[in-house]
Amino acid sequence: MSEHEYTPKSKVGKWFNDRLPLLTLANHLTDYPTPKNLNYWWTFGGILTFCLITQIVTGLVLAMHYIAHADMAFQSVEHIMRDVNYGWLIRYIHANGASMFFLAVYIHIFRSLFYGSYKSPREIIWIIGIIIYLLMMAAAFLGYVLPWGQMSFWGATVITNLFSAIPLVGEGIVTWLWGGYSVDNPTLTRFFTLHYLIPFLILGLVVLHIWALHVPGNNNPIGIDIKKPSKDTVPFHPYIVIKDGFALLMFMIVFAFFVFYTPNILGHADNYIEANPLVTPAHIVPEWYLLPFYAILRSVPDKLLGVIAMLSAILILAALPWLDTSKIRSAVFRPLYKQFYWILVADVLILGYVGAMPAEGLYLLIARIATAYYFLHFLVVLPVLGFKERTTPVPLSITEPILGGSPNLAAVKKKDSFKVQ
Amino acid sequence: MEKKTKRRDFLFTATYAVGAVGAGAVIWPMIDQMNPDASVKALASTEVDISAVDPGKTITVLWRGKPVFIRRRTQEEIAEARSVKMEDLKHPEKDEDRAKDPEWLVMLGVCTHLGCVPLDQKGDYNGWFCPCHGSHYDTSGRIRKGPAPTNMEIPEYKFVDANTIKIG
Repeated sequence: MSEHEYTPKSKVGKWFNDRLPLLTLANHLTDYPTPKNLNYWWTFGGILTFCLITQIVTGLVLAMHYIAHADMAFQSVEHIMRDVNYGWLIRYIHANGASMFFLAVYIHIFRSLFYGSYKSPREIIWIIGIIIYLLMMAAAFLGYVLPWGQMSFWGATVITNLFSAIPLVGEGIVTWLWGGYSVDNPTLTRFFTLHYLIPFLILGLVVLHIWALHVPGNNNPIGIDIKKPSKDTVPFHPYIVIKDGFALLMFMIVFAFFVFYTPNILGHADNYIEANPLVTPAHIVPEWYLLPFYAILRSVPDKLLGVIAMLSAILILAALPWLDTSKIRSAVFRPLYKQFYWILVADVLILGYVGAMPAEGLYLLIARIATAYYFLHFLVVLPVLGFKERTTPVPLSITEPILGGSPNLAAVKKKDSFKVQ
Repeated sequence: MEKKTKRRDFLFTATYAVGAVGAGAVIWPMIDQMNPDASVKALASTEVDISAVDPGKTITVLWRGKPVFIRRRTQEEIAEARSVKMEDLKHPEKDEDRAKDPEWLVMLGVCTHLGCVPLDQKGDYNGWFCPCHGSHYDTSGRIRKGPAPTNMEIPEYKFVDANTIKIG
Protein backbone atom coordinates (compact mmCIF):
# COMPACT_ATOMS: atom_id res chain seq x y z
CA MET A 1 0.00 0.00 0.00
CA SER A 2 1.00 3.68 -0.04
CA GLU A 3 4.36 4.61 1.42
CA HIS A 4 2.93 7.58 3.28
CA GLU A 5 0.31 7.49 5.99
CA TYR A 6 -3.01 8.91 4.81
CA THR A 7 -5.33 10.89 7.09
CA PRO A 8 -8.74 12.08 5.86
CA LYS A 9 -9.29 15.82 6.21
CA SER A 10 -12.83 15.78 7.60
CA LYS A 11 -13.65 14.61 11.11
CA VAL A 12 -16.34 12.21 9.84
CA GLY A 13 -13.91 10.86 7.27
CA LYS A 14 -11.31 10.26 9.93
CA TRP A 15 -13.88 8.60 12.22
CA PHE A 16 -14.97 6.26 9.40
CA ASN A 17 -11.46 5.57 8.12
CA ASP A 18 -10.26 4.56 11.58
CA ARG A 19 -12.97 1.90 11.58
CA LEU A 20 -12.82 0.80 7.93
CA PRO A 21 -9.90 2.25 5.93
CA LEU A 22 -11.79 2.55 2.64
CA LEU A 23 -10.57 6.14 2.20
CA THR A 24 -6.98 4.98 2.60
CA LEU A 25 -7.65 2.46 -0.17
CA ALA A 26 -9.22 5.14 -2.39
CA ASN A 27 -6.24 7.39 -1.74
CA HIS A 28 -3.83 4.60 -2.59
CA LEU A 29 -5.63 3.93 -5.89
CA THR A 30 -5.66 7.65 -6.76
CA ASP A 31 -2.03 8.39 -5.92
CA TYR A 32 -0.69 5.01 -7.06
CA PRO A 33 2.64 5.86 -8.73
CA THR A 34 2.66 4.65 -12.34
CA PRO A 35 5.61 4.63 -14.78
CA LYS A 36 5.26 7.68 -16.98
CA ASN A 37 6.26 5.90 -20.18
CA LEU A 38 3.30 3.49 -20.26
CA ASN A 39 2.03 3.21 -23.85
CA TYR A 40 -1.45 2.33 -25.13
CA TRP A 41 -0.79 -1.42 -24.83
CA TRP A 42 -1.07 -0.82 -21.08
CA THR A 43 -4.66 0.40 -21.34
CA PHE A 44 -6.12 -3.07 -21.82
CA GLY A 45 -6.32 -3.81 -18.09
CA GLY A 46 -8.92 -1.07 -17.77
CA ILE A 47 -10.63 -2.19 -20.98
CA LEU A 48 -10.86 -5.74 -19.63
CA THR A 49 -12.45 -4.51 -16.40
CA PHE A 50 -15.02 -2.72 -18.55
CA CYS A 51 -15.62 -5.95 -20.53
CA LEU A 52 -16.17 -7.98 -17.36
CA ILE A 53 -18.66 -5.49 -15.94
CA THR A 54 -20.48 -5.29 -19.30
CA GLN A 55 -20.82 -9.08 -19.39
CA ILE A 56 -22.07 -9.25 -15.80
CA VAL A 57 -24.65 -6.48 -16.25
CA THR A 58 -25.99 -7.68 -19.62
CA GLY A 59 -25.89 -11.28 -18.35
CA LEU A 60 -28.00 -10.42 -15.31
CA VAL A 61 -30.59 -8.81 -17.56
CA LEU A 62 -30.63 -11.75 -19.98
CA ALA A 63 -31.10 -14.17 -17.07
CA MET A 64 -34.34 -12.37 -16.24
CA HIS A 65 -35.81 -13.48 -19.58
CA TYR A 66 -33.97 -16.69 -20.41
CA ILE A 67 -35.39 -20.12 -19.48
CA ALA A 68 -32.84 -22.83 -18.78
CA HIS A 69 -34.81 -25.83 -20.05
CA ALA A 70 -34.05 -28.00 -23.07
CA ASP A 71 -37.60 -27.54 -24.41
CA MET A 72 -37.73 -23.79 -23.91
CA ALA A 73 -34.19 -22.38 -24.04
CA PHE A 74 -34.10 -21.89 -27.82
CA GLN A 75 -37.54 -20.26 -27.87
CA SER A 76 -36.71 -18.04 -24.92
CA VAL A 77 -33.63 -16.69 -26.72
CA GLU A 78 -35.79 -15.92 -29.76
CA HIS A 79 -38.27 -14.32 -27.36
CA ILE A 80 -35.46 -12.10 -26.06
CA MET A 81 -34.50 -11.20 -29.63
CA ARG A 82 -38.03 -10.43 -30.86
CA ASP A 83 -40.29 -9.53 -27.93
CA VAL A 84 -38.30 -8.21 -24.98
CA ASN A 85 -37.78 -4.43 -25.12
CA TYR A 86 -34.23 -3.87 -26.36
CA GLY A 87 -33.65 -7.60 -25.87
CA TRP A 88 -31.86 -7.79 -29.23
CA LEU A 89 -29.46 -5.06 -28.12
CA ILE A 90 -28.70 -6.62 -24.75
CA ARG A 91 -28.15 -10.07 -26.24
CA TYR A 92 -25.96 -8.76 -29.06
CA ILE A 93 -23.87 -6.80 -26.55
CA HIS A 94 -23.48 -9.94 -24.43
CA ALA A 95 -22.66 -12.24 -27.36
CA ASN A 96 -20.25 -9.82 -29.04
CA GLY A 97 -18.98 -8.76 -25.63
CA ALA A 98 -17.51 -12.23 -25.20
CA SER A 99 -15.52 -11.77 -28.41
CA MET A 100 -14.44 -8.28 -27.40
CA PHE A 101 -13.37 -9.65 -24.00
CA PHE A 102 -11.13 -12.22 -25.69
CA LEU A 103 -9.80 -9.69 -28.20
CA ALA A 104 -8.74 -7.49 -25.28
CA VAL A 105 -7.32 -10.36 -23.24
CA TYR A 106 -5.19 -11.59 -26.15
CA ILE A 107 -3.73 -8.11 -26.63
CA HIS A 108 -3.16 -7.94 -22.85
CA ILE A 109 -1.39 -11.33 -22.84
CA PHE A 110 0.77 -10.56 -25.88
CA ARG A 111 1.71 -7.21 -24.33
CA SER A 112 3.00 -9.15 -21.30
CA LEU A 113 4.92 -11.48 -23.61
CA PHE A 114 6.57 -8.58 -25.46
CA TYR A 115 7.54 -6.53 -22.43
CA GLY A 116 8.35 -9.48 -20.13
CA SER A 117 5.71 -8.47 -17.60
CA TYR A 118 5.48 -12.07 -16.35
CA LYS A 119 9.03 -12.06 -15.01
CA SER A 120 10.14 -11.69 -11.41
CA PRO A 121 8.72 -10.15 -9.27
CA ARG A 122 5.38 -10.39 -11.16
CA GLU A 123 4.96 -14.19 -11.47
CA ILE A 124 1.89 -14.33 -9.22
CA ILE A 125 0.13 -11.58 -11.19
CA TRP A 126 0.82 -13.60 -14.32
CA ILE A 127 -0.40 -16.92 -12.90
CA ILE A 128 -3.61 -15.34 -11.56
CA GLY A 129 -4.04 -13.92 -15.04
CA ILE A 130 -3.73 -17.40 -16.59
CA ILE A 131 -6.36 -18.72 -14.16
CA ILE A 132 -8.66 -15.85 -15.14
CA TYR A 133 -8.05 -16.71 -18.80
CA LEU A 134 -8.97 -20.38 -18.16
CA LEU A 135 -12.14 -19.32 -16.34
CA MET A 136 -12.98 -16.98 -19.22
CA MET A 137 -12.75 -19.90 -21.63
CA ALA A 138 -14.97 -22.00 -19.37
CA ALA A 139 -17.54 -19.19 -19.06
CA ALA A 140 -17.51 -18.58 -22.82
CA PHE A 141 -18.01 -22.28 -23.57
CA LEU A 142 -20.81 -22.68 -21.00
CA GLY A 143 -22.54 -19.55 -22.24
CA TYR A 144 -22.36 -20.70 -25.84
CA VAL A 145 -24.36 -23.82 -24.89
CA LEU A 146 -27.28 -21.86 -23.38
CA PRO A 147 -29.12 -20.79 -26.59
CA TRP A 148 -29.49 -24.55 -27.28
CA GLY A 149 -28.85 -24.30 -31.00
CA GLN A 150 -27.09 -26.90 -33.10
CA MET A 151 -23.61 -25.47 -32.43
CA SER A 152 -24.45 -25.18 -28.72
CA PHE A 153 -25.46 -28.82 -28.51
CA TRP A 154 -22.64 -30.29 -30.57
CA GLY A 155 -20.03 -27.97 -29.13
CA ALA A 156 -21.10 -29.16 -25.68
CA THR A 157 -20.97 -32.79 -26.84
CA VAL A 158 -17.48 -32.48 -28.31
CA ILE A 159 -15.97 -30.52 -25.42
CA THR A 160 -17.43 -32.70 -22.66
CA ASN A 161 -16.27 -35.78 -24.59
CA LEU A 162 -12.69 -34.50 -24.23
CA PHE A 163 -12.88 -35.88 -20.69
CA SER A 164 -13.66 -39.36 -22.03
CA ALA A 165 -10.02 -39.49 -23.14
CA ILE A 166 -8.99 -39.96 -19.50
CA PRO A 167 -8.21 -43.67 -18.97
CA LEU A 168 -10.56 -45.75 -16.76
CA VAL A 169 -12.64 -42.97 -15.20
CA GLY A 170 -13.19 -40.89 -18.36
CA GLU A 171 -16.60 -42.30 -19.32
CA GLY A 172 -17.85 -41.98 -15.74
CA ILE A 173 -16.74 -38.34 -15.60
CA VAL A 174 -18.56 -37.57 -18.86
CA THR A 175 -21.80 -39.17 -17.61
CA TRP A 176 -21.40 -37.21 -14.37
CA LEU A 177 -20.90 -33.94 -16.27
CA TRP A 178 -23.97 -34.64 -18.42
CA GLY A 179 -26.21 -35.92 -15.63
CA GLY A 180 -27.40 -38.51 -18.13
CA TYR A 181 -26.26 -40.53 -21.11
CA SER A 182 -26.06 -37.59 -23.49
CA VAL A 183 -26.10 -33.80 -23.42
CA ASP A 184 -29.65 -33.05 -22.31
CA ASN A 185 -31.75 -30.96 -19.94
CA PRO A 186 -29.72 -31.76 -16.77
CA THR A 187 -26.61 -30.63 -18.66
CA LEU A 188 -28.26 -27.37 -19.69
CA THR A 189 -29.44 -26.43 -16.20
CA ARG A 190 -26.04 -27.03 -14.59
CA PHE A 191 -24.25 -25.20 -17.39
CA PHE A 192 -26.52 -22.20 -16.78
CA THR A 193 -25.73 -22.25 -13.05
CA LEU A 194 -21.99 -22.45 -13.66
CA HIS A 195 -22.12 -19.79 -16.38
CA TYR A 196 -23.75 -17.51 -13.81
CA LEU A 197 -21.16 -18.35 -11.14
CA ILE A 198 -17.89 -18.03 -13.05
CA PRO A 199 -17.97 -14.26 -13.79
CA PHE A 200 -18.10 -13.61 -10.05
CA LEU A 201 -15.11 -15.91 -9.50
CA ILE A 202 -13.32 -13.93 -12.21
CA LEU A 203 -14.27 -10.69 -10.46
CA GLY A 204 -12.68 -11.97 -7.24
CA LEU A 205 -9.54 -13.02 -9.09
CA VAL A 206 -9.36 -9.62 -10.80
CA VAL A 207 -9.19 -8.03 -7.34
CA LEU A 208 -6.29 -10.38 -6.47
CA HIS A 209 -4.67 -9.66 -9.88
CA ILE A 210 -4.73 -5.91 -9.19
CA TRP A 211 -3.68 -6.35 -5.57
CA ALA A 212 -0.69 -8.42 -6.66
CA LEU A 213 0.08 -5.76 -9.29
CA HIS A 214 0.10 -2.99 -6.72
CA VAL A 215 2.82 -4.69 -4.66
CA PRO A 216 5.70 -4.33 -7.18
CA GLY A 217 3.85 -1.76 -9.35
CA ASN A 218 3.48 -1.73 -13.14
CA ASN A 219 6.09 -3.02 -15.50
CA ASN A 220 6.86 -0.52 -18.29
CA PRO A 221 7.95 -0.49 -21.93
CA ILE A 222 11.66 -0.50 -21.10
CA GLY A 223 11.10 -3.17 -18.45
CA ILE A 224 13.35 -1.72 -15.74
CA ASP A 225 12.71 -1.46 -12.02
CA ILE A 226 11.91 2.12 -11.15
CA LYS A 227 11.88 4.04 -7.91
CA LYS A 228 8.38 4.84 -6.70
CA PRO A 229 7.34 7.56 -6.40
CA SER A 230 10.02 9.44 -8.38
CA LYS A 231 10.57 11.51 -11.52
CA ASP A 232 9.88 8.30 -13.41
CA THR A 233 6.32 8.03 -12.16
CA VAL A 234 3.03 9.90 -12.41
CA PRO A 235 0.01 9.47 -10.14
CA PHE A 236 -2.64 7.08 -11.46
CA HIS A 237 -5.21 9.84 -11.29
CA PRO A 238 -5.61 11.84 -13.46
CA TYR A 239 -2.83 10.77 -15.88
CA ILE A 240 -3.56 7.07 -16.35
CA VAL A 241 -7.29 7.44 -15.77
CA ILE A 242 -7.53 9.84 -18.74
CA LYS A 243 -5.31 7.70 -20.96
CA ASP A 244 -7.27 4.53 -20.08
CA GLY A 245 -10.52 6.40 -20.64
CA PHE A 246 -9.49 7.55 -24.11
CA ALA A 247 -8.37 4.03 -25.08
CA LEU A 248 -11.65 2.65 -23.75
CA LEU A 249 -13.59 5.04 -25.98
CA MET A 250 -11.65 3.84 -29.04
CA PHE A 251 -12.31 0.24 -27.99
CA MET A 252 -16.03 0.95 -27.57
CA ILE A 253 -16.17 2.19 -31.17
CA VAL A 254 -14.95 -1.22 -32.36
CA PHE A 255 -17.36 -2.93 -29.93
CA ALA A 256 -20.30 -0.84 -31.15
CA PHE A 257 -19.38 -1.51 -34.77
CA PHE A 258 -19.86 -5.25 -34.23
CA VAL A 259 -23.00 -4.86 -32.12
CA PHE A 260 -24.81 -2.47 -34.49
CA TYR A 261 -23.46 -3.27 -37.94
CA THR A 262 -22.53 -6.92 -38.03
CA PRO A 263 -23.76 -8.60 -34.84
CA ASN A 264 -23.68 -12.17 -36.18
CA ILE A 265 -20.42 -12.19 -38.10
CA LEU A 266 -18.51 -13.79 -35.22
CA GLY A 267 -21.18 -16.48 -34.65
CA HIS A 268 -22.32 -19.47 -36.66
CA ALA A 269 -25.56 -19.61 -38.65
CA ASP A 270 -26.05 -23.21 -37.45
CA ASN A 271 -26.76 -21.92 -33.96
CA TYR A 272 -30.05 -20.45 -35.19
CA ILE A 273 -31.25 -24.05 -35.74
CA GLU A 274 -32.60 -25.68 -32.59
CA ALA A 275 -30.49 -28.48 -31.07
CA ASN A 276 -31.07 -31.87 -32.69
CA PRO A 277 -29.36 -34.89 -31.10
CA LEU A 278 -29.74 -36.94 -34.31
CA VAL A 279 -27.89 -34.66 -36.73
CA THR A 280 -24.39 -33.28 -36.35
CA PRO A 281 -23.69 -30.11 -38.37
CA ALA A 282 -21.35 -30.79 -41.28
CA HIS A 283 -18.59 -28.56 -39.97
CA ILE A 284 -18.16 -27.99 -36.25
CA VAL A 285 -15.90 -25.12 -35.28
CA PRO A 286 -15.61 -23.37 -31.94
CA GLU A 287 -15.75 -19.60 -31.58
CA TRP A 288 -12.78 -17.77 -33.09
CA TYR A 289 -11.02 -17.21 -29.76
CA LEU A 290 -10.62 -20.95 -29.14
CA LEU A 291 -9.47 -21.87 -32.66
CA PRO A 292 -5.69 -22.06 -32.02
CA PHE A 293 -6.23 -24.62 -29.27
CA TYR A 294 -8.75 -26.49 -31.39
CA ALA A 295 -6.12 -26.71 -34.15
CA ILE A 296 -3.64 -28.19 -31.66
CA LEU A 297 -6.24 -30.75 -30.52
CA ARG A 298 -6.91 -31.88 -34.06
CA SER A 299 -3.29 -31.92 -35.19
CA VAL A 300 -2.51 -34.87 -32.88
CA PRO A 301 -3.79 -38.16 -34.34
CA ASP A 302 -4.32 -39.77 -30.91
CA LYS A 303 -7.35 -38.88 -28.79
CA LEU A 304 -5.73 -38.77 -25.34
CA LEU A 305 -2.51 -37.15 -26.59
CA GLY A 306 -4.53 -34.57 -28.52
CA VAL A 307 -6.35 -33.53 -25.35
CA ILE A 308 -3.09 -33.46 -23.39
CA ALA A 309 -1.43 -31.31 -26.08
CA MET A 310 -4.32 -28.84 -26.05
CA LEU A 311 -4.32 -28.49 -22.26
CA SER A 312 -0.52 -28.23 -22.16
CA ALA A 313 -0.64 -25.41 -24.71
CA ILE A 314 -2.52 -23.33 -22.14
CA LEU A 315 -0.86 -24.58 -18.96
CA ILE A 316 2.64 -24.07 -20.37
CA LEU A 317 1.96 -20.35 -20.09
CA ALA A 318 1.84 -20.67 -16.29
CA ALA A 319 5.45 -21.95 -16.34
CA LEU A 320 6.59 -19.09 -18.58
CA PRO A 321 8.30 -17.04 -15.83
CA TRP A 322 10.69 -19.97 -15.32
CA LEU A 323 11.00 -21.07 -18.94
CA ASP A 324 12.20 -17.63 -20.02
CA THR A 325 15.71 -17.51 -18.59
CA SER A 326 16.59 -13.99 -19.72
CA LYS A 327 17.04 -11.40 -16.96
CA ILE A 328 16.08 -8.60 -19.36
CA ARG A 329 12.33 -8.02 -19.37
CA SER A 330 11.54 -5.84 -22.36
CA ALA A 331 11.91 -7.15 -25.92
CA VAL A 332 13.12 -3.62 -26.81
CA PHE A 333 16.57 -4.66 -25.59
CA ARG A 334 16.39 -8.26 -26.84
CA PRO A 335 17.01 -8.22 -30.61
CA LEU A 336 16.64 -11.98 -31.07
CA TYR A 337 13.69 -12.45 -28.74
CA LYS A 338 11.88 -9.69 -30.58
CA GLN A 339 12.07 -11.71 -33.79
CA PHE A 340 10.96 -14.95 -32.10
CA TYR A 341 8.11 -13.04 -30.48
CA TRP A 342 6.70 -12.03 -33.85
CA ILE A 343 7.18 -15.57 -35.17
CA LEU A 344 5.10 -16.78 -32.20
CA VAL A 345 2.39 -14.21 -32.95
CA ALA A 346 2.31 -15.43 -36.57
CA ASP A 347 2.32 -19.05 -35.39
CA VAL A 348 -0.73 -18.51 -33.17
CA LEU A 349 -2.56 -16.68 -35.97
CA ILE A 350 -1.79 -19.55 -38.35
CA LEU A 351 -3.06 -22.06 -35.77
CA GLY A 352 -6.24 -19.99 -35.49
CA TYR A 353 -6.67 -20.04 -39.26
CA VAL A 354 -6.15 -23.78 -39.73
CA GLY A 355 -8.37 -24.41 -36.69
CA ALA A 356 -11.25 -22.99 -38.72
CA MET A 357 -10.41 -25.13 -41.76
CA PRO A 358 -11.18 -28.85 -42.24
CA ALA A 359 -8.54 -31.11 -40.62
CA GLU A 360 -7.17 -32.69 -43.79
CA GLY A 361 -4.43 -32.44 -46.40
CA LEU A 362 -2.29 -29.33 -46.38
CA TYR A 363 -4.22 -27.74 -43.48
CA LEU A 364 -3.41 -30.70 -41.26
CA LEU A 365 0.26 -30.53 -42.21
CA ILE A 366 0.41 -26.79 -41.46
CA ALA A 367 -1.42 -27.36 -38.15
CA ARG A 368 1.15 -29.99 -37.14
CA ILE A 369 4.14 -27.79 -37.98
CA ALA A 370 2.58 -24.80 -36.18
CA THR A 371 1.75 -26.94 -33.12
CA ALA A 372 5.31 -28.26 -32.98
CA TYR A 373 6.67 -24.72 -33.26
CA TYR A 374 4.36 -23.44 -30.51
CA PHE A 375 5.85 -25.89 -28.01
CA LEU A 376 9.34 -25.39 -29.41
CA HIS A 377 9.08 -21.67 -28.69
CA PHE A 378 8.33 -22.18 -25.01
CA LEU A 379 10.36 -25.31 -24.28
CA VAL A 380 13.51 -24.71 -26.35
CA VAL A 381 13.77 -21.20 -27.80
CA LEU A 382 13.01 -19.24 -24.61
CA PRO A 383 15.25 -21.23 -22.20
CA VAL A 384 18.20 -21.22 -24.64
CA LEU A 385 17.78 -17.59 -25.72
CA GLY A 386 18.28 -16.37 -22.14
CA PHE A 387 21.83 -17.73 -22.20
CA LYS A 388 22.82 -17.12 -25.82
CA GLU A 389 21.32 -13.74 -26.66
CA ARG A 390 23.41 -10.55 -26.62
CA THR A 391 21.04 -7.93 -25.28
CA THR A 392 21.49 -4.21 -25.92
CA PRO A 393 22.26 -1.90 -22.96
CA VAL A 394 19.32 -1.09 -20.72
CA PRO A 395 18.94 2.49 -19.38
CA LEU A 396 19.08 3.02 -15.63
CA SER A 397 15.86 5.01 -15.52
CA ILE A 398 13.06 6.17 -17.78
CA THR A 399 14.26 9.80 -17.81
CA GLU A 400 17.98 9.14 -18.33
CA PRO A 401 18.02 8.42 -22.09
CA ILE A 402 16.25 11.75 -22.67
CA LEU A 403 17.94 13.95 -20.06
CA GLY A 404 21.42 12.42 -20.45
CA GLY A 405 23.61 10.57 -18.02
CA SER A 406 22.65 7.22 -19.43
CA PRO A 407 25.17 4.38 -19.45
CA ASN A 408 24.13 4.01 -23.08
CA LEU A 409 25.47 7.42 -24.08
CA ALA A 410 26.07 6.53 -27.72
CA ALA A 411 22.42 5.79 -28.19
CA VAL A 412 21.49 9.09 -26.57
CA LYS A 413 23.83 11.05 -28.86
CA LYS A 414 22.53 9.27 -31.91
CA LYS A 415 19.02 10.19 -30.94
CA ASP A 416 19.99 13.83 -30.37
CA SER A 417 21.73 14.21 -33.71
CA PHE A 418 18.73 12.66 -35.38
CA LYS A 419 16.51 15.26 -33.74
CA VAL A 420 18.73 18.16 -34.89
CA GLN A 421 18.52 17.03 -38.49
CA MET B 1 14.95 -35.47 22.64
CA GLU B 2 12.20 -37.86 21.73
CA LYS B 3 8.76 -36.33 21.57
CA LYS B 4 6.28 -38.10 23.76
CA THR B 5 2.80 -38.59 22.40
CA LYS B 6 0.47 -36.78 24.66
CA ARG B 7 -3.24 -37.07 25.33
CA ARG B 8 -3.65 -33.76 23.43
CA ASP B 9 -1.96 -35.13 20.26
CA PHE B 10 -4.37 -38.05 20.30
CA LEU B 11 -7.32 -35.71 20.64
CA PHE B 12 -6.11 -33.55 17.71
CA THR B 13 -5.60 -36.57 15.44
CA ALA B 14 -8.97 -38.04 16.37
CA THR B 15 -10.66 -34.67 15.72
CA TYR B 16 -9.04 -34.30 12.27
CA ALA B 17 -10.04 -37.86 11.36
CA VAL B 18 -13.68 -37.42 12.39
CA GLY B 19 -13.73 -34.03 10.68
CA ALA B 20 -12.42 -35.53 7.44
CA VAL B 21 -15.06 -38.28 7.49
CA GLY B 22 -17.76 -35.68 8.17
CA ALA B 23 -16.53 -33.45 5.33
CA GLY B 24 -16.52 -36.44 2.97
CA ALA B 25 -20.06 -37.40 4.01
CA VAL B 26 -21.22 -33.88 3.19
CA ILE B 27 -19.30 -33.56 -0.10
CA TRP B 28 -20.37 -36.88 -1.60
CA PRO B 29 -24.11 -36.02 -1.95
CA MET B 30 -23.03 -32.72 -3.53
CA ILE B 31 -21.03 -34.63 -6.14
CA ASP B 32 -23.42 -37.54 -6.67
CA GLN B 33 -26.44 -35.28 -7.28
CA MET B 34 -24.88 -34.54 -10.67
CA ASN B 35 -25.01 -38.20 -11.78
CA PRO B 36 -27.98 -39.45 -13.85
CA ASP B 37 -31.13 -39.24 -11.74
CA ALA B 38 -33.88 -41.83 -11.33
CA SER B 39 -36.04 -40.37 -14.11
CA VAL B 40 -33.14 -40.51 -16.57
CA LYS B 41 -32.30 -44.08 -15.60
CA ALA B 42 -35.95 -45.09 -15.97
CA LEU B 43 -35.78 -44.40 -19.72
CA ALA B 44 -33.08 -47.01 -20.13
CA SER B 45 -34.73 -49.27 -22.75
CA THR B 46 -36.68 -48.78 -25.96
CA GLU B 47 -38.45 -51.10 -28.45
CA VAL B 48 -38.16 -50.55 -32.20
CA ASP B 49 -40.28 -51.90 -35.04
CA ILE B 50 -37.96 -52.90 -37.89
CA SER B 51 -40.49 -54.45 -40.29
CA ALA B 52 -40.28 -51.50 -42.70
CA VAL B 53 -36.49 -51.48 -43.09
CA ASP B 54 -35.33 -52.74 -46.49
CA PRO B 55 -31.85 -54.15 -47.14
CA GLY B 56 -29.34 -51.36 -47.58
CA LYS B 57 -31.33 -48.95 -45.40
CA THR B 58 -30.57 -47.55 -41.97
CA ILE B 59 -32.99 -46.20 -39.41
CA THR B 60 -31.88 -44.02 -36.53
CA VAL B 61 -33.68 -44.16 -33.21
CA LEU B 62 -33.09 -42.20 -30.04
CA TRP B 63 -32.06 -44.25 -27.01
CA ARG B 64 -30.94 -42.54 -23.80
CA GLY B 65 -30.69 -39.29 -25.77
CA LYS B 66 -28.24 -40.85 -28.19
CA PRO B 67 -28.83 -42.01 -31.76
CA VAL B 68 -28.78 -45.77 -32.41
CA PHE B 69 -28.21 -46.91 -35.99
CA ILE B 70 -30.15 -50.01 -37.05
CA ARG B 71 -28.85 -51.02 -40.46
CA ARG B 72 -30.13 -53.89 -42.56
CA ARG B 73 -26.94 -54.76 -44.39
CA THR B 74 -26.64 -56.00 -47.97
CA GLN B 75 -24.86 -59.28 -48.72
CA GLU B 76 -21.85 -57.34 -50.13
CA GLU B 77 -21.54 -55.33 -46.94
CA ILE B 78 -21.64 -58.46 -44.81
CA ALA B 79 -19.04 -60.13 -47.03
CA GLU B 80 -16.84 -57.02 -46.86
CA ALA B 81 -17.13 -56.81 -43.07
CA ARG B 82 -16.37 -60.50 -42.54
CA SER B 83 -13.40 -60.68 -44.92
CA VAL B 84 -11.31 -58.04 -43.11
CA LYS B 85 -8.12 -59.34 -41.49
CA MET B 86 -7.87 -58.71 -37.75
CA GLU B 87 -4.37 -57.25 -38.08
CA ASP B 88 -5.74 -54.46 -40.33
CA LEU B 89 -7.95 -53.22 -37.51
CA LYS B 90 -7.09 -50.55 -34.97
CA HIS B 91 -9.56 -52.07 -32.53
CA PRO B 92 -9.79 -55.75 -33.52
CA GLU B 93 -13.32 -57.14 -33.22
CA LYS B 94 -14.88 -59.85 -35.37
CA ASP B 95 -17.96 -58.84 -37.30
CA GLU B 96 -19.55 -62.07 -36.01
CA ASP B 97 -19.29 -60.67 -32.49
CA ARG B 98 -20.69 -57.29 -33.46
CA ALA B 99 -23.73 -58.44 -35.47
CA LYS B 100 -25.44 -61.48 -33.95
CA ASP B 101 -27.72 -61.68 -36.96
CA PRO B 102 -25.39 -60.74 -39.85
CA GLU B 103 -28.14 -58.86 -41.64
CA TRP B 104 -28.77 -56.48 -38.75
CA LEU B 105 -26.15 -54.15 -37.39
CA VAL B 106 -27.35 -52.37 -34.25
CA MET B 107 -24.91 -49.84 -32.84
CA LEU B 108 -24.64 -46.49 -31.09
CA GLY B 109 -24.40 -43.83 -33.77
CA VAL B 110 -21.83 -41.96 -31.79
CA CYS B 111 -18.27 -41.41 -32.95
CA THR B 112 -15.90 -42.66 -30.27
CA HIS B 113 -13.62 -39.68 -30.82
CA LEU B 114 -15.67 -36.79 -29.46
CA GLY B 115 -19.28 -37.89 -29.76
CA CYS B 116 -20.53 -36.57 -33.11
CA VAL B 117 -23.02 -38.52 -35.24
CA PRO B 118 -21.22 -40.11 -38.22
CA LEU B 119 -22.79 -39.96 -41.69
CA ASP B 120 -24.16 -43.13 -43.30
CA GLN B 121 -22.65 -44.61 -46.50
CA LYS B 122 -19.68 -42.25 -46.48
CA GLY B 123 -15.96 -42.49 -46.07
CA ASP B 124 -13.22 -44.69 -47.49
CA TYR B 125 -14.65 -47.98 -46.18
CA ASN B 126 -18.30 -47.76 -47.38
CA GLY B 127 -19.50 -47.52 -43.82
CA TRP B 128 -19.66 -44.31 -41.82
CA PHE B 129 -17.70 -41.09 -41.81
CA CYS B 130 -17.60 -38.59 -38.97
CA PRO B 131 -17.65 -35.03 -40.32
CA CYS B 132 -16.25 -33.48 -37.16
CA HIS B 133 -12.70 -34.78 -37.14
CA GLY B 134 -12.60 -37.22 -40.05
CA SER B 135 -12.92 -40.76 -38.63
CA HIS B 136 -13.74 -43.52 -41.16
CA TYR B 137 -15.70 -46.61 -40.10
CA ASP B 138 -16.30 -49.80 -42.12
CA THR B 139 -19.56 -51.67 -42.79
CA SER B 140 -19.30 -53.20 -39.33
CA GLY B 141 -18.87 -49.80 -37.65
CA ARG B 142 -15.23 -50.50 -36.88
CA ILE B 143 -12.71 -47.65 -36.84
CA ARG B 144 -10.38 -47.86 -39.83
CA LYS B 145 -8.88 -44.39 -40.22
CA GLY B 146 -8.87 -41.15 -38.23
CA PRO B 147 -8.59 -40.04 -34.61
CA ALA B 148 -11.33 -42.20 -33.02
CA PRO B 149 -9.76 -44.76 -30.65
CA THR B 150 -12.35 -47.57 -30.76
CA ASN B 151 -15.12 -49.08 -32.87
CA MET B 152 -18.62 -47.67 -32.52
CA GLU B 153 -20.23 -49.23 -29.48
CA ILE B 154 -22.75 -52.07 -29.72
CA PRO B 155 -25.52 -51.51 -27.14
CA GLU B 156 -27.25 -54.33 -25.34
CA TYR B 157 -30.18 -55.42 -27.54
CA LYS B 158 -32.29 -58.45 -28.36
CA PHE B 159 -34.88 -59.51 -30.91
CA VAL B 160 -38.21 -59.61 -29.11
CA ASP B 161 -39.77 -61.15 -32.24
CA ALA B 162 -38.88 -61.15 -35.95
CA ASN B 163 -39.92 -57.52 -36.35
CA THR B 164 -39.00 -55.93 -33.04
CA ILE B 165 -35.68 -55.07 -31.44
CA LYS B 166 -35.44 -54.09 -27.80
CA ILE B 167 -32.47 -51.83 -27.06
CA GLY B 168 -31.19 -51.56 -23.51
